[in-house]
Amino acid sequence: MIGWRLWLPLLAVALLLGLFALQLGRPKDDFVRSALIGQPLPPFRLEPAVPGQPALASTDFADGRPRLLNVFASWCVPCAAEAPQLTALKAGGAEIVAVAIRDKPADVAVFLARYGNPFSRIGGDPYSQLQIALGSSGVPETFVIDGQGVIRHQHIGDIRAADVPRLLEELRDAG
Amino acid sequence: MIAELGLAALWLAAALAALQLLGGVIALARGEAEPLAGLVRPAAQVQALLCAIAFAALLYLFAVTDLSVALVASNSHSAKPAIFKLAGAWGNHEGSMLLWITVMALAGGLIAWVEHRLPERTLLATLAAQAFVGLGFYAFLLASSNPFARMVPAPAEGAGLNPLLQDIGLALHPPVLYCGYVGLSVAFSFAVGALLTREVTPTFARVMRPWVLGAWVALTLGITAGSYWAYYELGWGGWWFWDPVENASLMPWLAATALLHSAGVLAARDALRTWTLMLGVVAFSMSMIGTFLVRSGILTSVHAFAVDPERGTFILVLLALYIGGALALFALRAGTVAEGERFAIVSREGGLVINNVALSAILGIVLLGTLYPLLTEALGFRVSVGPPYFNPVGAIFFLPAMAVLAVGPLLRWRQDRLARIRWQMVAVAIAFTVALLAAWLLAGIALLPLLGMALAAAVAVGSVLPLARRKLTRAPLTLWGMVLAHLGVALAVFGMAADSAFTTERLVALRTGEQTSVGPWRVILENVEPVAGPNWTALTASLQVAHAGGAPVLLEPQARSFWAPAQQTSESALLTRWNGQLYAVIGGQAPGDGPERWQLRLWWKPFVTCIWYGGGLIAFGGLLALIGHVVGDLRRRRRWREARA
Repeated sequence: MIGWRLWLPLLAVALLLGLFALQLGRPKDDFVRSALIGQPLPPFRLEPAVPGQPALASTDFADGRPRLLNVFASWCVPCAAEAPQLTALKAGGAEIVAVAIRDKPADVAVFLARYGNPFSRIGGDPYSQLQIALGSSGVPETFVIDGQGVIRHQHIGDIRAADVPRLLEELRDAG
Repeated sequence: MIAELGLAALWLAAALAALQLLGGVIALARGEAEPLAGLVRPAAQVQALLCAIAFAALLYLFAVTDLSVALVASNSHSAKPAIFKLAGAWGNHEGSMLLWITVMALAGGLIAWVEHRLPERTLLATLAAQAFVGLGFYAFLLASSNPFARMVPAPAEGAGLNPLLQDIGLALHPPVLYCGYVGLSVAFSFAVGALLTREVTPTFARVMRPWVLGAWVALTLGITAGSYWAYYELGWGGWWFWDPVENASLMPWLAATALLHSAGVLAARDALRTWTLMLGVVAFSMSMIGTFLVRSGILTSVHAFAVDPERGTFILVLLALYIGGALALFALRAGTVAEGERFAIVSREGGLVINNVALSAILGIVLLGTLYPLLTEALGFRVSVGPPYFNPVGAIFFLPAMAVLAVGPLLRWRQDRLARIRWQMVAVAIAFTVALLAAWLLAGIALLPLLGMALAAAVAVGSVLPLARRKLTRAPLTLWGMVLAHLGVALAVFGMAADSAFTTERLVALRTGEQTSVGPWRVILENVEPVAGPNWTALTASLQVAHAGGAPVLLEPQARSFWAPAQQTSESALLTRWNGQLYAVIGGQAPGDGPERWQLRLWWKPFVTCIWYGGGLIAFGGLLALIGHVVGDLRRRRRWREARA
């Protein structure tokens, strides 16, 4: 038996513990960031979610003004819960456009009448096609889009009151 | 008052552990005749008593719900049922650490009290090693997680009434697991003691073996129960997910299984000396690494544990001290441990070496798969490793190990000829071939489950053959233990293969009154109703299920929504028959126009229950072997005493 081989287990464990120490010192992020951050929006043109109201297309974002893009649905309970925060964001100066996922025009109209309509434009996405293209995994989600139509930030889940100032800041940074 | 008493007992116990370590070191340096060396055994015994007092104090505080103690206030509630008040004592970080150190001190006290077979120097070295391990945990408890800390002012009511945690399974889970981990820490201490004095003898293996067996039985039970819990609770119909927390429990089990078999070789034949020492170190290291991975939060897992980087750092330091120290000692000493007995490849030892190599390889594969995401994350990209890696790569070593398991126990120690056991081998081969052909021709299943099923049949036949031509009532308990444990492996593997080969799945959206079928079952959705629980609301589906020609049975799966914290869970409904389980889960309302339709997910899983019956049988076999060894040891001890008197 050659003596140095007996040190190999110790060496392996030392490397392993080094790796652990390295990982322990690293801050954890809360979630997986969308791979689309920093990418331009995929080109799309949606029908209006409520007939007679403004629809949504990717070209609407190219006017130099940053916007929030809210992904919601009338059948989604947390979306109703975040409605006051969206109203607060609008009051804070944000322009908010929205995509209604797998929804029916009548249901969306009832939802907006009940919880308020902070949106300047709402597109309907009946088969989740845009949602998938955005890398959004559920409703509600909110994206910060800059004036060139580039995705700057993704907020997963409903917006809580505490998130409102941070989102306004993200929006200012995107401008 | 009681809290202060508990804390004082804990401090005293820690001081005694320091004394125990000091005495052991002096005994090693200057011989066991030194006065301080004589203190090692009493120190271990009194330490056990003090830890028992401290733990009893904590139990009392939880039993009477003393809310002036911070731990009680944050983890209990006066309205909790009595059994869960007690279980609350170890259902948190501080209490569970106290439980760990208490079980460990009791083990040390028992060794100090009864163990007289080893040379005294080796035993004192072992107790010193145990004190060294224990001191780390005392430091952890007393410096950063004092379970007896007071809270001023005391709150009017406790905060711990989470009904989710009031589950008898969750109450029993930590003590069982800790018995396993502590048993392995004892084996670790024996290995370190033997390395320090170079006394690696069959006696050492015989002394260590019951501790390894006990630990192994506890870990087997823990894994089996955990797997069943995940199966019925998570609602995915799967029984093993290769999740880091599951792997953290599997790795010490694999190492303990290997250690159990190599200790058997050392005890019977005085071979595999350094290898057994190495496994003793590895088995405990795996349980510490598992604890670290689970508690530090460096791996993302579906199991949400209370994660705290400070605790992670502490466990990491302990890991470095224990494992690093033991492996450095191994590197220095293993070369000087005299070589053990030699043996031929075709022999009982040979079979056990193959078993050990296969188990170690699987251990390496699981460790690599568990840590790979960590490694790539350090390099800047993220991956997740799942069944597509673990299943086939593990099978490469598992299937040959099964083949050896079928014939290995039939071989004689030291040297044997395969020709001697040719009739037994023919029986095993027939079982293999018949099962292979039957499964292939009748069912036409995929390769891995096909091989699994055939090997399960081979192992089942091979494992009972050692009993052939023996008088069953006179066969030793240890032999029965081996036979039943190996039979359990065959049963579990059969269940796994049957589940993966024969499961039928049906995902449907039904209106009430409509029916569907899965496997041989007809399922009618009778109605869907909302129900309210203590902290949840749920949709309950009533399903009429009937076998062709059989009487209908009612199954009621639920989709639950908890509100604090907001969470959706599926409460699956199971119907168990001798030949399998029907597993039903209700999703939500299906999207679409017209009358409401409900998503139902149904599985018919033939023989899936064999997986857990097999696990239980393995543990039962281990228990029989443990009883057999302990009874034998006691008998020998009595004879030895009588001979001396």
